[in-house]
Amino acid sequence: MSEPEIKAAVFKILRKITPEADLDQIRPEENLREALDIDSFDFLNFMIALHEELAVEIPEADYRKLSTLRELTRYLSDRLK
Amino acid sequence: MPSLGADMEEGTLIEWSVKPGDRVKRGDIVGVVRTEKADIEVEVYREGVVEQLLAKAGDTLPVGAVLAVIREEGEAAVPAHEEIPPAPAPVAPTPKPPPVARVRASPLARRVAQELGVDLSGVQGTGPHGEITEIDVQRAAEALKKAPTEKPAVPAFRAGIRRAIAAAMARSNREIPHYYLETRIDLQRALKFLEAENQKRSVKDRLLSVVLLIKAVARTLHDVPELNAYWIDDQLQPKEAVHIGFAISLRQGGLVVPAIMDADRKNLDELMQALRDLITRARAGRPRSSEITDGTVTITNLGDLGVETVHGVIYPPQVALIGFGRVIESPWAENGMLGIRPVVSATLAGDHRATDGHCGAQFLTALNQHLQEPEKL
Repeated sequence: MSEPEIKAAVFKILRKITPEADLDQIRPEENLREALDIDSFDFLNFMIALHEELAVEIPEADYRKLSTLRELTRYLSDRLK
Repeated sequence: MPSLGADMEEGTLIEWSVKPGDRVKRGDIVGVVRTEKADIEVEVYREGVVEQLLAKAGDTLPVGAVLAVIREEGEAAVPAHEEIPPAPAPVAPTPKPPPVARVRASPLARRVAQELGVDLSGVQGTGPHGEITEIDVQRAAEALKKAPTEKPAVPAFRAGIRRAIAAAMARSNREIPHYYLETRIDLQRALKFLEAENQKRSVKDRLLSVVLLIKAVARTLHDVPELNAYWIDDQLQPKEAVHIGFAISLRQGGLVVPAIMDADRKNLDELMQALRDLITRARAGRPRSSEITDGTVTITNLGDLGVETVHGVIYPPQVALIGFGRVIESPWAENGMLGIRPVVSATLAGDHRATDGHCGAQFLTALNQHLQEPEKL
């Protein structure tokens, strides 16, 4: 799966969680949770949806590596290789 | 018309989900009432057969108005010639916003509209008799995305929520002499326990740390039952059931505080499931009436927003509110040793008419003790 495909899948999930957000405005290095006002409940739902959509189960210990869109895309890209 | 909030004066019946002749039991949802805060699913508190529906969808009625008649098992049916007290006349439309227009829309369309933030009054229905369908809502949502982002300064829904919060909080500050106590709690054991638990679980079954806090509060209320109570008629009225109101912020602004029913009787997995269900329905604008009215104490957790300490406002007629802030790594001295620990600030807002600082201090001490033994939660 290419990085643009991963980004599209991530945005598809985020649109359901934060329907009011303009995802195109998010900068790659911006903190996703802060930018989108995602609380821990939404974040867990995001992890569940990533698991269902991309078949990637992200351990809790890795959450800290997923602060930005760039980090998330790279992490998923590595896991999906 | 049930009272679905501390300062609710009237509500609008949106739809019935039962019809005359239907058998209902306690807890069944019989209809949906719109308040300033949300569309609330109204439950029934008795068992029997729906005899008559006295209110029509779209009627705005004062709290206490009779909406329907339910005949209990063995109770004689009301003879046709006998007059049932009529529902009070619908409240005359008032000029204040938000106007609650009757819109023909399927329940699914309403739900989707809530989720997507679509105002149904502006949607053209293409279903039977002009009813708005889910597809109509989806189309409207798409159009909204494409349209220039010119929005009213304060959308009606948000204004309604703000007004309801303003009324409840103003009443609280006016009537309740608050006292505040605060303590810092070392969460190292609790978070290690949680980490180990979550490693055993698949992602969809993971627990959030707030679940441990909720369970610890529920257990502590058994130790200090004076704080699981209402203040009514100048008297403290302890409650046996522990229904923990949980402040949930809404994406469109404002918050609602539905309760996790019988939180003390649920294990951690059941609590997580209840919390998930509650947040999902609250954010979709569909809490249940008992969840809105029956909370016996409230928790507000602002840790996700980076706040360190919360000094909350008690939701009357409750007598206590527990606030949790962000978990931060702090220097922590214990047994002459200095280390770094994950620490949370826990605050108690207490009603000084009902309890004193001594009682509040006992609560925070016991709460700390429960969180030091997470495997017993």
